Amino acid sequence: MLDKNGIAKRIAKEVQDGYYVNLGIGIPTLVANYVRDDIEVEFQSENGVLGMGPFPFEGEEDADIINAGKQTITTLPGASFFDSATSFSMIRGQHVDLTILGAMEVAENGDIANWKIPGKMVKGMGGAMDLVASAENIIVAMMHTNRAGASKLLKQCSLPLTGVGCVKKVVTNMAVLEVTNKGFKLLERAPDVSVEDIKKATEGELIIDGEIPEMDI
Amino acid sequence: MISKKVANVQEALEGVKDNMTFMFGGFGLSGIPENAIAELVRIGTKGLKCISNNAGVDDFGLGLLLQGKQIDKMTSSYVGENDEFERQMLSGELEVELIPQGTLAERCRAAQAGFPAVYTPAGFGTEVAEGKETREFDGKMYVLEYAFKADFAFVKAWKGDEAGNLIFKGTARNFNPNMCGAAKITVAEVEELVPVGTLDPNQIHIPGIFVKRIFQGEHYEKRIEQRTVRQRQ
Repeated sequence: MLDKNGIAKRIAKEVQDGYYVNLGIGIPTLVANYVRDDIEVEFQSENGVLGMGPFPFEGEEDADIINAGKQTITTLPGASFFDSATSFSMIRGQHVDLTILGAMEVAENGDIANWKIPGKMVKGMGGAMDLVASAENIIVAMMHTNRAGASKLLKQCSLPLTGVGCVKKVVTNMAVLEVTNKGFKLLERAPDVSVEDIKKATEGELIIDGEIPEMDI
Repeated sequence: MISKKVANVQEALEGVKDNMTFMFGGFGLSGIPENAIAELVRIGTKGLKCISNNAGVDDFGLGLLLQGKQIDKMTSSYVGENDEFERQMLSGELEVELIPQGTLAERCRAAQAGFPAVYTPAGFGTEVAEGKETREFDGKMYVLEYAFKADFAFVKAWKGDEAGNLIFKGTARNFNPNMCGAAKITVAEVEELVPVGTLDPNQIHIPGIFVKRIFQGEHYEKRIEQRTVRQRQ
């Protein structure tokens, strides 16, 4: 079974040379730490920066340079700043190659729910609805089950949706799955996780085709 | 040169009344019009309908207007860094409309650019699209979202000149340029107001035509919401 860093490490392998990538808050943010350093990748943050770098050294924080999580950041050579409409033009216009975000639930048809739990304080969708409605390549990073042990890979989302039929791939602490028109196709399993374990933890339709390899991370 | 310069924040806010709709630039606490907000707190304008990506924190940004119960409605994409906001929302004192961030930006831009509405794929199939017109283009579904209508837009830039030309800094730019000219009156506050001819016309982010009034803010706290640093090796 993987931890959050393990999930990030596996997703980092999906990032290819020349990609513009938008990372959501939480596990997705960790992906930046594991991207190979022999490829060129630029990270976009929807509040208006392309070419995000690491956190600043202490004493060098700038209130005018933050990411979408409102954290102080730095920029790398070649970076640019832009307004919010331009930022979402990059997203909606499909100029961003890969979007990685977290989810509370994913359905077997690619629906995603990650912004609202009825009855609980609703903070809002931020840029998530724009991202999932537009991105061609969306990878969800999440735990396979919730804290109560219930599956987060469902036949149908029970929570209010963020987007419909948009998720292409899911990487969890247990498996890598592709969303196909027949359901979740199991591609890889995490170290020390059996196909049987994954079956038990997946409520949605699970397609197991032949031998399922262990993740190489 | 058509001068947009006003003497101070009091003059900049002339005409502000109860129950108006205001736009506020800023993302989190970055690039917010600190001086306009402070003045609105001072004059105590009430019943406000505010369009802003976020709602500040308890003791800064729009949180200050919430403390004084000056806001009736917030239209935002992400809120909740703010206990007073949560209390007022749950008690029903404050109406909250949550909309996708890109939609918020584009509804500002549409108002600025003279489009009555735009089609966006964001929110299709979700509760955000309930009751809204939808339409298919090339096999994909879109939701019709209307341009905002606002009385004042309060924006903050780094530098500006008396003609109202603006230059922003870093990610403090965010929604500010999109709100310029998107309301009946755009009030720009800047850290540094310079004489005309000082700014390079090639470097202007927002031409003065979109700005009605400009003033130099007296003080900028520029509070950091999430201070994240790395250790020196």
